[in-house]
Amino acid sequence: MNAEAQWNRKDLVGIEDLSREELEAIYTKAEEFKATLHRKQKKLPSLRGYTVINLFMEPSTRTKLAFEVAATRLSADAITISGDASSLVKGESLRDTALNIQALNADIIIMRHSAAGSARYLSRFIDIPVINAGDGAHEHPTQALLDTFTLREKLGKDLTGKKITILGDILFSRVARSNIWALRKLGAEVTLAGPRTLVPDTFEHFGVKVIHDLQKAVTDADAVMLLRIQHERQSSTHFPSLGEYTSMFGLHEKNAHWLKPEALIMHPGPINRGVELDSVLADSKRSVILEQVTNGIAVRMAVLYLCAHYVANHRPA
Amino acid sequence: MSIVWIKNGRVIDPANKRDAVGDVYAIDGKLVDSLSAEQKKQADVFDADGLVVCPGFVDLHCHLREPGDRHKETIASGSRAAAKGGFTTVVAMSNTKPPADNVGAIRQIVDLIHRDSVINVLPTGCLTKDREGQMLAPIGSLKNAGAVAISDGGHCVQNNEIMRRGVEYAAMFGLVVLDHCEDAAQTDGCVMNEGVWSLRLGLRGMPRAAEDIMVSRNVILSAHYGAHIHLQHISSAYSVDIIRRAKDRDVKVTAEATPHHISLTEAALRDYNTNFKVVPPLRTEEDRQAIIEGLLDGTIDCIATAHAPHTEIEKDKEFDYAPFGMNGLETALSVCLDTLVRSKLMDLSSLIELLTVKPANVLSLDRGTLNPGAPADITIFDPEESWRVSEKSLISLSHNSPWLGLTLRGCVRATYHAGQRVYDSADQ
Repeated sequence: MNAEAQWNRKDLVGIEDLSREELEAIYTKAEEFKATLHRKQKKLPSLRGYTVINLFMEPSTRTKLAFEVAATRLSADAITISGDASSLVKGESLRDTALNIQALNADIIIMRHSAAGSARYLSRFIDIPVINAGDGAHEHPTQALLDTFTLREKLGKDLTGKKITILGDILFSRVARSNIWALRKLGAEVTLAGPRTLVPDTFEHFGVKVIHDLQKAVTDADAVMLLRIQHERQSSTHFPSLGEYTSMFGLHEKNAHWLKPEALIMHPGPINRGVELDSVLADSKRSVILEQVTNGIAVRMAVLYLCAHYVANHRPA
Repeated sequence: MSIVWIKNGRVIDPANKRDAVGDVYAIDGKLVDSLSAEQKKQADVFDADGLVVCPGFVDLHCHLREPGDRHKETIASGSRAAAKGGFTTVVAMSNTKPPADNVGAIRQIVDLIHRDSVINVLPTGCLTKDREGQMLAPIGSLKNAGAVAISDGGHCVQNNEIMRRGVEYAAMFGLVVLDHCEDAAQTDGCVMNEGVWSLRLGLRGMPRAAEDIMVSRNVILSAHYGAHIHLQHISSAYSVDIIRRAKDRDVKVTAEATPHHISLTEAALRDYNTNFKVVPPLRTEEDRQAIIEGLLDGTIDCIATAHAPHTEIEKDKEFDYAPFGMNGLETALSVCLDTLVRSKLMDLSSLIELLTVKPANVLSLDRGTLNPGAPADITIFDPEESWRVSEKSLISLSHNSPWLGLTLRGCVRATYHAGQRVYDSADQ
């Protein structure tokens, strides 16, 4: 497929609005870029001269670094600002922050922000591409793209009918939401699992199954995606303790036999070892966690490339 | 002597079961039965041919923001916006800055009303000091200073012992308590209705139960202690049912619903447009229908706007951070005409009743009718004329209307307060 022809967006705000063809365009480009990751000469000239700004209002290791690596591999200059170091703490509005970044001649903004809808908000009044690196509990599109890219590598490019279980705190998870949209568009059968207070049945409106029993949820799964569980302010009233969560919903060596032998174990990171996933499983052959991270570079290169390409070809010189 | 003669309009006065083409007359600010030939010669005549003539509307729930937030609205601008919307009496909420929890604040508000208002603005006094729900405000003194009802305006007393003592105490002075029914623990950090859309958008949702629980609390307190509690902006289907059953048992509760809750649902939030961010939130189609059902069978007594102006700068933010509230005085009539009358759910007279005598009766106000001898508060409107809701067309200082940019049908042509024409569309 001609990936560039399929991609007609300046921004990547979420998966929900993408078509199947647009997803395939990203996978196609990501495969090409993945091939360069193991070469001696890893750099490509595609975004030479571009200035890419990472605006991260929430902490991040993987996503922030992956976007920086992706941008620099395409020969762009990547600059990162973190929220607490920006004038946002002085009360400057997000609108003004973004307009200023644009005025500073940036070519692409990648933003992670704690408010759902903030990426879409930005994309409306900024002329340059906005890449959503996570907006509150709403979406984390590049995570779902790298997760599904990994699944396609391991289970075959046609994920129709494949059973994928997402396990953990779904209610507050942008990773879960983006993956629900991506997996449904790819024809997979999605099961959400976890305590009722973190995985409300209302999610079934989106064409997924909701189960509150761990064994039932993982028994036939081709892959289990684990989400980090935290007992913090936003979810502290939703379940009693990490200990209770671990004993009822944690995936450990002891209950690993509930999984099919060939089932994949995935996690977006960071892992709370011993809580949602124990070390034995995290480091086992079934785990593709680190491959997800590497695939994240290729996928983000694809996203940056496609959005920049769209703008370059649809703007007056 | 000032004489007003409104000619040839379709006069709809639900309190007097009148709906016929005719005239309305007023002398020196009060309605009269007829004018002599001599008086007719001297009269200021308004030709209402093709228009509806009815009592001026009464709004039991309006945030005029003054004192304290004059950039959003003032008593002057809010009263003019009200007049444009056909409202001649509005009840002003007490969440001003400083709050109306002391005699000085009420006196200041009364002075501002006398100086600046073009219509009848009635202040409310707080139920509790600082609206914190901990200690009762000096309710008796607030009444003497001019408060017509008691409300913590936007806050709901969480402590049931305090609420009980407050409603008992207010009842002693014949004051109705207007309550914003919300269990704060369940809505902490929430910005919209809890349901399919909050899951889709990744926003924290307020469960219906947060409203239902406080509606029940109020019904129980009213039942046990005989205090009249008025339940503000009902948004949940389950609450409508609780109120219906309470009224079947003659519990002294009344209720209101807003134009936005009967016309919009949570799906409107799909674009994270903060003009749809309001509390209680827009809920589902099922809730919307139940509220309309409540208006039809009398469970919900009246329509109230809950007019909550905010400036564009304040609303132009990430959804989580924008303030709650919708601008509603000028759009209420058009929206209600569309949702209730053009949809054939009720006739025009029933809608006018919900905007006039029924809200007036909640607070036993001598308003909302065209009774001879009553104040000459009259609204004249064209139910079909279109107008575009825009920054230019809105009189309010704020423009946070969910209908901004849309064309609505139904437009006030003139509004009279105490016999003075305080709004005339020909002047716009």
